Amino acid sequence: MIELRGVGYSYGGGNLLSGLDLELTPGSFHFLTGPSGAGKTTLLKLCYGDLKPTAGAVTIDGRDSRRMDRDGLARMRRRIGVVHQDCQFIDHLSIHENVALPLTVAGRDVAVEAANLEQLLGWVGLSRRANALPPELSGGERQRAALARAIIMDPDVIIADEPTGNIDWDMSKRLLSLLAELNRMGKTVLVATHDLALIRAAKAQVTARVLRLAGGTLSAGTEL
Amino acid sequence: MRRLQALLDAMWGDRQADRVVPPTGHTVWLTVLTSGAMAFLAVFALALSLATGRLAERWGDSLAQASTIRVSAPAEQADAQVEAVMAILVTTPGIADARALDPAEQAALLEPWLGPDLPLDTIPLPRLIEVTSDGSLDAEGLRLRLTAEVPGAVYDDHTRWREPLVAAADRLRALGWTALALIAGTLAAMVTLAAQSALAANRQVIRVLRLVGARDVYVARAFTRRFTLRAALGATLGAASGGLAVAFLPAADAAGGFLTGLGFQGAGWLLLPLIPIFAGGVAFLATRSAAFRALARFE
Repeated sequence: MIELRGVGYSYGGGNLLSGLDLELTPGSFHFLTGPSGAGKTTLLKLCYGDLKPTAGAVTIDGRDSRRMDRDGLARMRRRIGVVHQDCQFIDHLSIHENVALPLTVAGRDVAVEAANLEQLLGWVGLSRRANALPPELSGGERQRAALARAIIMDPDVIIADEPTGNIDWDMSKRLLSLLAELNRMGKTVLVATHDLALIRAAKAQVTARVLRLAGGTLSAGTEL
Repeated sequence: MRRLQALLDAMWGDRQADRVVPPTGHTVWLTVLTSGAMAFLAVFALALSLATGRLAERWGDSLAQASTIRVSAPAEQADAQVEAVMAILVTTPGIADARALDPAEQAALLEPWLGPDLPLDTIPLPRLIEVTSDGSLDAEGLRLRLTAEVPGAVYDDHTRWREPLVAAADRLRALGWTALALIAGTLAAMVTLAAQSALAANRQVIRVLRLVGARDVYVARAFTRRFTLRAALGATLGAASGGLAVAFLPAADAAGGFLTGLGFQGAGWLLLPLIPIFAGGVAFLATRSAAFRALARFE
């Protein structure tokens, strides 16, 4: 699905990442952990094409991310669901419309997918909040809405950046179980988190590998 | 046909794409107002260009063949001299028509300048003979012959004063087209500024759209639709009021055909509906290029 070969990334001055090798196989579940500032978000961005490696190569679905043009990037974003750290929405559109946005911009008929959309909103527990505007939601609700938006296009890969960053423990567990359920449905999942309790809690639900990013390199963590 | 449809779709944008950008309140009306004002001015620039075009054509064509012979003589000899000139003209090759103006006609020509009550018959006026050549007239030969045989007759070729008038009319027409080009450029600049401010105000929307997989074209459409429609709406109002203003200009014909009258004739009116279409097109292109430039800042 996503493959990194000898990937390095440098922001102008020093090297943030160097010599990274990683392969996300279909149906795998990975946690990416490490101290803040280690480059977790950068690594995720490399995986979904937002950043291009300054050394080595990232292949997404067999395509080199550096050779992807802007439209190619847009199409690729429809196949990889991303839950961003600061999940942003379009504030004047309802949650319902925001979650359906990937369908809308892809030119799909939202009316045809209405049943899917209802089901998905129910699954993340936002049915009753469907008509609310994003600024009216709590942190946990926003995270779940972002997850729903990330998977509305039925992507093969789901990448989440600190999805439990600013929500309480119960909500974190709930989000984790949603991700685990997606993984059981065959989706490839990559979650960046510094929350070790979350990783431990995942043990019971999925077979996950833990990757530790520190000092610019990856070390394979334990199999959970 | 399909290409046209695609072009119209692109200009019209899509309602759904339009919804993702929040409505912007009163700045909407600034674009409409600007576009309207520009269209209003465009109507006059267009009218000027068309009218001076007609003027140049008229002076160039109808006067090219015309000349005048002025006979200055004491009143008792005038008739004899006019007859002598007419006799010469009959035997001159290249004359299509020659006609002596009668006193009433001469009075009518002078009336706009001197007023109706002037007792013209007490003023010694030169007699005028209107000459129309068929194009092969040897003007210099005629002038020499007249000097020799009728000393009081002066041949006056209109070319002398016609040429600077035609040149002036041509220059005015060029100025009219220049004004139209400037108006289009100003509209493009105004819409670009308005679009840039809308794009800047909606950074968050653009970012979210790109993150969920919107192609640049989709994002651009969300903006082009509204600016195209606003510019076209404004230009429709502007062109309509400009057209009305031109239609109800006081008629200049009464003061003599000399003033050709600023305005549209016949098919010229059909140019007015083109103004909003053109304005919409200008706004579309301006917004689109502003949008793509703004999008380059987002991954």
